[in-house]
Amino acid sequence: MRDVAVVSFAQSPYVRQDLDRNEVEMLMPVITGAIERSGIPRKEIGFVVSGSCDYLAGQPFAFVNALDAVGAWPPIAESHVEMDGAWALYEAWVRLQCGDVDSALVYAFGKSSLGDIRDVLTLQLDPYYVAPLWPDSVSIAALQARALLDSGRYVERDFAEVAARSRRDATANPAAQVKGADAVDDLLAEPYIASPLRKHDCPPISDGAAAVVLAAGDVARSVCARPAWIRGIDHRIEAHALGARDLAESPSTRTAGERAGAHNGRAFDIAELHAPFSHQELILRDALGLDAGVRINPSGGALAANAVMVAGLARIGEAAMRIIEGEASRALAHATSGPALQQNLVCVMEAS
Amino acid sequence: MPEPLTAPHVLEYPYTRSVGPVMGAFFAALRERRIVGVRGSDGRVIVPPQEYDPTTSEALGELADVADAGTVTAWTWISAPRPKHPLQRPFAFALIRLDGADTAMLHAVDAGEEQVMRTGMRVRACWREEPRGDIHDIACFEREPEP
Amino acid sequence: MSDPVMVIATPIRLDYTYTAGQASSRFLRGLTERKLLGQRCPECRKVYIPPRGSCPTCGVPTAEDVECKDTGTVTTFCVVNIPFPGQAIRPPFVAASVLLDGADIALFHLLQEVDVQQARMGMRVEALWVPDEELRPSMESIRYFRPSGEPDAPYASYKDHL
Repeated sequence: MRDVAVVSFAQSPYVRQDLDRNEVEMLMPVITGAIERSGIPRKEIGFVVSGSCDYLAGQPFAFVNALDAVGAWPPIAESHVEMDGAWALYEAWVRLQCGDVDSALVYAFGKSSLGDIRDVLTLQLDPYYVAPLWPDSVSIAALQARALLDSGRYVERDFAEVAARSRRDATANPAAQVKGADAVDDLLAEPYIASPLRKHDCPPISDGAAAVVLAAGDVARSVCARPAWIRGIDHRIEAHALGARDLAESPSTRTAGERAGAHNGRAFDIAELHAPFSHQELILRDALGLDAGVRINPSGGALAANAVMVAGLARIGEAAMRIIEGEASRALAHATSGPALQQNLVCVMEAS
Repeated sequence: MPEPLTAPHVLEYPYTRSVGPVMGAFFAALRERRIVGVRGSDGRVIVPPQEYDPTTSEALGELADVADAGTVTAWTWISAPRPKHPLQRPFAFALIRLDGADTAMLHAVDAGEEQVMRTGMRVRACWREEPRGDIHDIACFEREPEP
Repeated sequence: MSDPVMVIATPIRLDYTYTAGQASSRFLRGLTERKLLGQRCPECRKVYIPPRGSCPTCGVPTAEDVECKDTGTVTTFCVVNIPFPGQAIRPPFVAASVLLDGADIALFHLLQEVDVQQARMGMRVEALWVPDEELRPSMESIRYFRPSGEPDAPYASYKDHL
């Protein structure tokens, strides 16, 4: 396998609703930032791939507009996935394995504020048996949270502690949307949105964008003093039918972690887990076998900012930056897609 | 900066979906106030039925009758229903494993109040007045009285 | 067992509220004053209309407003013959790409007051604006384009904008 590393990352400040800028205007400084920080001239980037979802904008081919932020003349080699940008990064990593191009720009964007995101996400459910009942994304997550409580492994206080820690850590993240010093007991006094989930257990609704530049081998070494080398990357998906899964476990995360080399004996300094709901962090941590020594979501995670289609790529970017900036030597980043952690991607990165 | 310009946009599609013989049998049974599943490769009964086994990918077709009553395996209380929800009074979404089935199906439970909801409770389908052959033929599930 | 069910109806509806963004908002507000505002790219100097805040070839922000004239040249067109639900005008009618004087890309609108057989590349056209009370931040502030009466523009004047 060819050595590929993250050499730069940029993201927009995440906000509840960006009334002033359209997707292109929101994306442009992020792409410019990632490219400038990479040290690789724009025209030398060998491949461009994006992750977004047309349903957030309610327009087919809405993603094509975003190319205005990239500059597509002379023609560029470009691809797109209707998924979180983490999967666009996976495609870029695969592309770089071919050996004929040495760098790739990966970007993701989305304005969850345009429609009703809870209903938009309902359309990813089985269209014959489930979607006609319109169970929204919070209700689906709540079913999983109930299953986790029923397993006896965790209680609601554990969920609130994840939320409180995330908000506290987010105060150090200039891009984060939800931050603060809430006490766990105060959080637990709030009413349920969909039992057993309370507002703090749910992600904020966010508009935003993120971009990562990947580079291979010597190109990465020449532009970045301490690249975040991708030592393993894998993704797995489970059955679509919610009633056929054990919602309190994440076997796809477990397998993806094993295949990505998460258990090679070297400890992680940090793990950025894409858990839009607080209880999901607990399920993921268990599936990955992360012990108490691993710091989870120093960025605040998806509970602090959750631009749908961006948050998974942002986990990879946040984890990579801690390596690039010398804070961490080995990091795990995770991204999720689909209802109740149906599909999961794990990316293991190291400083050397 | 002047007020941002906004405009409403509606995405609306009438969608009619062809269902094929396996799902078609499920919906036909609903029209008769019955519920059927399909036998998986290992003999377990999958409800609602799927055309292919999720583990072996084998094509499935052997139908199996299941009861219209079963057990709640997970639930969430919706105290403030959203406009598109199936009920417009507080209710629960739940995963329900019908008697005779090995998997759970998602539907609404019209339990009346949150306090009676629990994993393991017994519920029974409440049928629409004039079933048409879609998932709404089950209007909701209701709590079966404790014996 | 009765006849199997062959189809089910699963209608969907999602409601959105779009925001125009800065560049589009300036353009749309310009229409209320009968102005056609494009934006110029600082690198390649091309003028884009309607502007979206970036140059699609250079990938850099465009911020310089450039007012284009409301006259221009038809670079290409399509005669719509097929009726469809929600159609505002009875077919046949002409949809045209109009390269406004001062712009580097063509803008899409209707071409009327001309027999559809007469529509042609190079035709010189002018905008017909709606009356004051109908002006809105919308492309509908221009009712349609119509022949201006000038001689056709030479091919060389628009061949690089096809």
